[in-house]
Amino acid sequence: MNEGKKIVINPVTRIEGHAKVTIRMDDKGKVDKARMHIVEFRGFERFVRGRLYWEAPVIVQRLCGICPVSHLLCAAKAMDVIVGADKLTPTAEKMRRLLHFGQTYQSHSLHFFHLSAPDLLLGFDADPAIRNVIGLIHANKDLAVQAVMMRKYGQEVIKATAGKKIHGNGAVPGGVNKNLSIEERDALLKDIDQMIEWAQGGVDLYKKAYRDDYDRLSKLGSFESNFVSLVREDGALELYDGKLRAKDPDGKPIFDMVEPKDYLTYIREGVRNWSYMKFPFIYSLGQEKGWYRVGPLARVNNCDFIDSPLAEKERQEFMEMGGGRPVHATMAYHWARLIETLHSAEKMKELLNDPDLQGEDLVVTGKRRNEGIAILEAPRGTLFHHYQVGDDDRVTMANLIVSTTSNNQPMNESVRVVAEQYLEGNEITEPLLNHVEVAIRAYDPCLSCATHAIGLMPLDVTLEDASGEVIDRKVRD
Amino acid sequence: MAKPKVATTHMTGCFGCHMSVLDIDERILDLIELVDFDKSPIDDIKKFTGPVDIGLIEGGCSTQENVEVLRSFRKHCKILIAMGECALTGGIPHLRNTVSLKECMEEAYLNGPSVVDGVIPNDPDIPLLLDKVYPVHEVVKIDYFLPGCPPRADAIWAALTALLSGKEPELPYELIKYD
Repeated sequence: MNEGKKIVINPVTRIEGHAKVTIRMDDKGKVDKARMHIVEFRGFERFVRGRLYWEAPVIVQRLCGICPVSHLLCAAKAMDVIVGADKLTPTAEKMRRLLHFGQTYQSHSLHFFHLSAPDLLLGFDADPAIRNVIGLIHANKDLAVQAVMMRKYGQEVIKATAGKKIHGNGAVPGGVNKNLSIEERDALLKDIDQMIEWAQGGVDLYKKAYRDDYDRLSKLGSFESNFVSLVREDGALELYDGKLRAKDPDGKPIFDMVEPKDYLTYIREGVRNWSYMKFPFIYSLGQEKGWYRVGPLARVNNCDFIDSPLAEKERQEFMEMGGGRPVHATMAYHWARLIETLHSAEKMKELLNDPDLQGEDLVVTGKRRNEGIAILEAPRGTLFHHYQVGDDDRVTMANLIVSTTSNNQPMNESVRVVAEQYLEGNEITEPLLNHVEVAIRAYDPCLSCATHAIGLMPLDVTLEDASGEVIDRKVRD
Repeated sequence: MAKPKVATTHMTGCFGCHMSVLDIDERILDLIELVDFDKSPIDDIKKFTGPVDIGLIEGGCSTQENVEVLRSFRKHCKILIAMGECALTGGIPHLRNTVSLKECMEEAYLNGPSVVDGVIPNDPDIPLLLDKVYPVHEVVKIDYFLPGCPPRADAIWAALTALLSGKEPELPYELIKYD
């Protein structure tokens, strides 16, 4: 019989249903395409309409509890435009940057140490029940404690700059609502050298693991793609502000130094009826060819240099792998992520020693406007916020392109490649499940990431024929 | 003696409450001495193999599947805790109750300024959404309510440790006050 088949992988669980993967095979039994269905919808863009503009940063950060700071800052930057704050005070600008580095440090640490280190240290094929942070505590307590302390440090920076570890409100339209006290500064400075050392240790740990298992890791879920990120005007890695740059798979520019306010000329989103997550693409290349990757891999590939010495040294070593082209390996995401973790720690030290953080000039305003657009590099990638505000101060339009959305098509591609590499006949095997899980986690769709942080990522895979009849099913506890 | 079991789940929320659980920091080492996390706390209903002592629910109820999760948690957990604003009241996502679901979908998938060739997702592979976002106690009986957006790590810790030692949690004002 000659009929297409589909395999359904439900990584976060069937009944909870945040994400679910279907692998479709052609009638020859070869992998055709993979679809990761995002099954959650909340409707922020509509319900933020009618709210007063200064509420927006506080509301939209509730999109994500893992990196709320990204949404807080991006919305605040857009509202800076609305209130005419074209240049923030040095205290406000630096407090926000410190907040963002704290966020990047905690989020990247969580992502690598809590989520990925267990895969590396316990093995991809280890029992999933122990392949999590609790298993890590039992297997390597020192590393697990280090992971907990790194995340804690980043969260303490957030608390000191935004008022609270999760859903703080430090960034407001036109500036910030607090500075950093001497006590807060000294408490953070006390441990910063340790944080830099641990971050460097993380880079070294992953580099070694990657090289030791190069054949597998460099191919796992890998493919070539375009890359989009912000860069600073001089080409440096930039997380908080900057201009948009896109590179093609050879590293040649598609566009460069694009002002955030012009994003609609360059980036659009497609929609599919089978996912609540949209599909951003580079407009000039069209939906078919214009999709791109964002996040640490895109940023390290796209920038010309990193303006902190330890991270820059690591960047140079990292780029040697590409031999003059961008690095495309999906598992290199973690390597790039750790370079950024190190960079964040170095920059936090620089900022903590800057007396501007104790300044008292916190907010500026200027000529009121009706439209604000801002772009920020969230830990997981480029984040776009676009608002229109009426003369009555109410939001009339909001458009949000969230980081993980840009990695939507890339995650589908990675799952497709993993399926090609590990699918054997009609059998759903453990290696297939494990490698799908590891590949998705390289990008870190927020939901499965957090699920895994305290438990594990259960997988439910169903093999169905074209008529939807179940041929095989495998559920992992 | 077997350790008590704890299960957690996330529904319509932002995962911030789960992150606040992680904000107990070093105490996570103590916690795993005290309890076993259910092996797949958010697994298929069939995978609840036995009773669980404490279930923590994050997020409101906005899909058909959320309803099933809540019912299975109620069935299997001796004590069920609604954790955080979204579970208690529907939270920020319940702002969508002020407009129709149709309007929310149209804004996201048809009318957004960056949308090209818009379509409202309707594939059978994605779950149906409820007309509104509901607090969890409107769906199942809840034993304890832990307020906050998110509840502080110290509040989660105090509530868990009290319940695990068989005591009624008594949280001082400082722990349960909002921002």
